[in-house]
Amino acid sequence: MTEHAFDAVIVGAGGAGLRAAIELAGLKVAVISKLYPTRSHTGAAQGGIAAPLGNMEEDNWEWYLFDTVKGGDYLVDQDAAEVMCRESVEIVYELEHWGLPFDRTPDGLISQRRFGGHTRNFGEGPVRRACHSADRTGHMILQTLYQQCIKHDITFFNEYQVLDLLIEDGVCAGVVAYHIDSGELHTFHARAVLLAVGGFGRIYKITSNAHALTGEAVAAAWRGGLPLMDMEFFQFHPTGIYRLGVLLSEAARGEGAVFVNDKGERFMERYSPTLKDLAPRDICSRCIYQEVREGRGIGGKDYVHLDFRHLGAEVLDKKLPDITEFVRVYQGLDPVKDLVPIQPTAHYAMGGIPTNIDAQVITDGRNTPLPGLYAAGECACVSVHGANRLGTNSLMDILIFGRRAGRHIARYMQRGERGPVRANHNPDSDVNERIGRVMARSAGESVARIRDGLQQTMTDKVGVFRTETGLRDAQAELRTLKERYARIKIDDHGRRFNTDLLEALELGALLDLADATIASCLHRTESRGGHYREDFPKRDDANWLKHTLIYRQEEGNHTFQHRPVVVTRFQPKERTY
Amino acid sequence: MQVRFRVKRFNPERDRAPHWEEYDVPMEPTDRVLDGLHHVKWYIDGTLALRRSCAHGVCGSDAMLINGRNQLACKLLMKAVGRKVTVEPLRGMRVIKDLVVDMEPFFEKYRSILPYLINDDPPPDRERLQSPEDRARYDDTTKCILCAACTTSCPIYWADAEYVGPAAIVNAHRFIFDSRDQGAAQRAEVLAERSGVFRCKTTFNCTDACPRGIEVTRAIQEVKQALLLKRA
Repeated sequence: MTEHAFDAVIVGAGGAGLRAAIELAGLKVAVISKLYPTRSHTGAAQGGIAAPLGNMEEDNWEWYLFDTVKGGDYLVDQDAAEVMCRESVEIVYELEHWGLPFDRTPDGLISQRRFGGHTRNFGEGPVRRACHSADRTGHMILQTLYQQCIKHDITFFNEYQVLDLLIEDGVCAGVVAYHIDSGELHTFHARAVLLAVGGFGRIYKITSNAHALTGEAVAAAWRGGLPLMDMEFFQFHPTGIYRLGVLLSEAARGEGAVFVNDKGERFMERYSPTLKDLAPRDICSRCIYQEVREGRGIGGKDYVHLDFRHLGAEVLDKKLPDITEFVRVYQGLDPVKDLVPIQPTAHYAMGGIPTNIDAQVITDGRNTPLPGLYAAGECACVSVHGANRLGTNSLMDILIFGRRAGRHIARYMQRGERGPVRANHNPDSDVNERIGRVMARSAGESVARIRDGLQQTMTDKVGVFRTETGLRDAQAELRTLKERYARIKIDDHGRRFNTDLLEALELGALLDLADATIASCLHRTESRGGHYREDFPKRDDANWLKHTLIYRQEEGNHTFQHRPVVVTRFQPKERTY
Repeated sequence: MQVRFRVKRFNPERDRAPHWEEYDVPMEPTDRVLDGLHHVKWYIDGTLALRRSCAHGVCGSDAMLINGRNQLACKLLMKAVGRKVTVEPLRGMRVIKDLVVDMEPFFEKYRSILPYLINDDPPPDRERLQSPEDRARYDDTTKCILCAACTTSCPIYWADAEYVGPAAIVNAHRFIFDSRDQGAAQRAEVLAERSGVFRCKTTFNCTDACPRGIEVTRAIQEVKQALLLKRA
């Protein structure tokens, strides 16, 4: 085992992690990533980042806040969302000053476009709020942040997979990571740890998420006794490429593309008369499946079309070049003249590790922080997205709360209330034992087959529409999969670049996170945002205007706590668009 | 359809030299080469090592030599490659295991060209202005995903590992032609060195290899011209 000591360790090198690292450049800080930083999934974000710059038309942060709160079906903590919306303009200017190549208006200002759920004057109609760089805005953000990290000479540990958190006497004291190249375990002692590891969409079969998004650190936090919050809220993005799940940006509809069903109808006009195809994602995804259920899927099947044809080749080429290419490469179609088959794809976890507005991880419904442990971005739940995230808001979330995490960690270091904590007594022993168990077995269950079963079950039973029966089935199936997981075997028993072993460990995390998701879905007996229960089709503010905290007990059992939703400016109202 | 995958394997813990192994994989014409490699890894031989993440051509993890050309395994469909696929690691890089190569020297060269905006003027309270024309000037080179397909297809780079290589020059171009950047002189020092941009002999392999469609050779020529103008 190799040991390292840092002031702060950041786990994950996407937008949240890199933004925090830049803030901590003066300290002894390390960024640990299971990938190379530029491979992080922030780079796959496409359409834009919202900020009420008002470059194209009038806009202000209060309208943005209202949209975020209503978009999240009033489960948003409004104090956190207000921080995000107020700081959003400044953080976009900061990116521009760091060189981010935004598209420009004829006057040289940052160009902005329409996006789902973003409106002028509290819902009157769509507003141009999403700052963009073609349909590769996330790529530009990731590159720009990594460039700034190079400028500030940040220390990176690339291709190290964090497998455990060191929590000693109620304080976080570091992490244990597996060095993929050598197979060696490294212990990173640190006074502050920021988890910025992204999502875990690989619990689903049809997903826009990268293969790397398997949530080891989130599962490690849960195993370590911390709660996960609002895990029942998983976003299905309406426009995944049919059967593949690859994302086609909401910017497509921002630029004017529309959904059509088998009869050629623009069906969103019926469901959402004001915003139509720019209704939030949870609503669009439900409407697509409603059309399918009523027999108006294409050819009676489980998909509908996205129609770009009226946009013209120039708009597609200039404003949506990447998704145009995805359609050409993966579907063999030309969106200039062909209808594009799409279906909802598992996209984003609104839930995650609960934090306060300084990104400190909290341990209970009374907001008690765990000293030294922070979380930001998709793995965290702060909660600015509530029950359904608006498009573009993940990019704003990672920047705002990555920066706030960095600033709070810097203050925490300055206070210097205690010397560097060192986790003692074989900090890596748990991980060693887990790895040893897998490596020792020469016959047993296949990791890939168990993962296939998990992903199929989640997509079939824990998708856009949910019922108690389906969720109970999924829970039973998961129990079987977990039993099989206890007997897994792998082919690769070597030390070097053993991704066979890594996939086995990743599957352990996926099973835990699916477990938390299913149990949270069963627990919440109402429909709100991305969580739609057919057996409880109405929102129930009297009983459920609260966050869910799920704790793991011994195998298979859970306990729940609740946290009140912070409501400041906007009282819950009926949510129509 | 049944596809025969021929994969160059090398595990330094076990093998003295690389060798070929063959696998028959059931596939659809619309499957990606990456799907085939996953099939091998997940259902036939778990010891196969490769990198991948996004699986749709934007993260840059899975550049490899496929049927003799550098390509992203996730962006190449079976219908374009047929029933026989030969897969090897990128050339000119130390092989860590199977299809995984040591990327550190590649990123070191990227870092050497100062890949960040250099501008010491105090920024305004809002965005710096940039005309759409000035923005378009460097658009092509902002697309780079650092997959190394260009650099490892370059015969100059194969012969001389010191050469800074196409990808680093593409990223230098991205800043040199950005109207907001003031770092041209600092970058010129690096790029005019013996290992710099003038080693390029315009073979165009890099342009052919780029999975993002960047006109790499043209960008390199523009950087050369910018340096020559400065010198004159």
